[in-house]
Amino acid sequence: MIISVASGKGGTGKTLVATSLALSLKDREMVQLLDCDVEEPNDHILLKPVITESEAVCIPVPEIDEKKCTYCGKCAEVCAYHAIAVFSQQVLVFPNLCHGCSACAYLCPEKAISERGREIGIVEQGHADGVDFAHGKLNVGEAMPTPVIRKVKELVNYDGIVIIDVSPGTSCPVVESIKGSDFCLLITEPTPFGLNDLILAVETVKELKVPCGVVINRAGAGNGKVEEYCLKENIPVLLIIPLDTEIARLYSKGITMVEGMPQWKERFMALFDRIQEITGERSRSVKR
Amino acid sequence: MKEVVVLSGKGGTGKTSIVGSFAALAKGAVLADCDVDAADLHLILQPAIQQTNEFWSGHTAFIDEDRCTQCGLCQELCRFKAIRDFRVDPTSCEGCGFCSHICPTEAITMEENLSGHWFISDTKYGFLVHARLGIAQENSGKLVALVRQQAKLMAEKQGAAYIISDGPPGIGCPVISSLSGANVALLVTEPTLSGMHDLERVLGVCWHFDVPALVCINKYDINEDNTHGIEQYCLSQGIEVAARIPFDNAVTEAMVRGLPVVGYTRNGVSCQIEALWERVSKSLTK
Repeated sequence: MIISVASGKGGTGKTLVATSLALSLKDREMVQLLDCDVEEPNDHILLKPVITESEAVCIPVPEIDEKKCTYCGKCAEVCAYHAIAVFSQQVLVFPNLCHGCSACAYLCPEKAISERGREIGIVEQGHADGVDFAHGKLNVGEAMPTPVIRKVKELVNYDGIVIIDVSPGTSCPVVESIKGSDFCLLITEPTPFGLNDLILAVETVKELKVPCGVVINRAGAGNGKVEEYCLKENIPVLLIIPLDTEIARLYSKGITMVEGMPQWKERFMALFDRIQEITGERSRSVKR
Repeated sequence: MKEVVVLSGKGGTGKTSIVGSFAALAKGAVLADCDVDAADLHLILQPAIQQTNEFWSGHTAFIDEDRCTQCGLCQELCRFKAIRDFRVDPTSCEGCGFCSHICPTEAITMEENLSGHWFISDTKYGFLVHARLGIAQENSGKLVALVRQQAKLMAEKQGAAYIISDGPPGIGCPVISSLSGANVALLVTEPTLSGMHDLERVLGVCWHFDVPALVCINKYDINEDNTHGIEQYCLSQGIEVAARIPFDNAVTEAMVRGLPVVGYTRNGVSCQIEALWERVSKSLTK
């Protein structure tokens, strides 16, 4: 089963929930944690994994053989990203704009274009205290996180429980990360920002047809509008974590919640049981 | 006219609360909400929308079933695995158009996406340019660029001295789009190991694009050892720590009331944000 942990708004506690959920389940399930927040991956700070494998993520970008090139301009014409400009005696390639679709290489009438890999990030794999771990890291200065996310998701182990930590927001990296999940946990806080971004996140997972449930973090700050919304929209609130300086202090030091406050382990296991119930009910109703 | 962009790397460190207060302090600045996929600044500034515009960007492949002979070439060649069973998955399609060029029966057309909307609004503190990216849409970087361009035009028209931009979290495309060409980046961090790790990465992006940076440590009293660590790190990198803001529930209370925190309470947080704006505006005018 694949559970993604997303939020819309940043800083609501995705990393806190993803890491504690993984650690709470590892004794009874095979657990894999994939950190797909490749712009700012943080799970490794809390889990301190031993990294055993590391692989560069490259996207194919065109290389022009100017001996074969007749400057016909076909490559520039078909490139949707304006990554190639053709002049009368010169071809310029802008690798940063290239998405690696390979249209230019395939359609070049002179077969003058080959592709080379351009590194945009890395994927690291390892293990942390009984949890299989992997994350992607986008190189600083690079704009496109999705190829790195795809590479991390190639590692999904379908035999166990997979927890995917998602970046904040609702755009392409979020969609890429959540896509294919059996369930999406949306972490929010009971504030106007939290509610506004939760609504956007709910719309996103609905678009992807992934069932979702909510975790309210820092309960006690703000107001009751998030719960009202969830009730109205029939979205289950699966866990409530109070506003507690001890939780914040542990997190600031890179200590997971279930390590610092072991009494929470049972609640995270109960959270997982609820998710299993919901996804089980759903698959039964789909079969019917 | 000068532009400051507020970034953080890690989300939820307080960018929008600080920008909301800057809006109230700057008097007559143009505000730009560059977090186009989870915009929140409007919840503090309570804008009256004056103009709504469509944002058309990027394309999605569309297969005409009547012309498709199910030869499978498009599925085989698509690098993004966006075509399955002779149907396009719009969330996977990157709009490259490769399939439309190679389809032997010309059954594939590229259709432009309505990717979102952008708005020009009036607020009590000045004009706000903001946007809403469509659900599950791409090209947020282009929408950010558009928001900044419109904010600049507005600032020129109004003779505004400053543009204050609320940036997105992360370090990828919309962040780069918010940052490139700005005069100063204010990096809001928090004294958690995650906050520190993410600060280093977003600072790397500032260097990459040659934008001078200032750092603000928000909720500094959550972990004073880490705050000290951030200050040491910034010192070693030649980056000024322009403010230390304490944790205070008043920030959330102000947000619940739809007010900038400096307009809600006169406490330590407000004083620190005022001093921070003074420092930021000074760095913009030098």
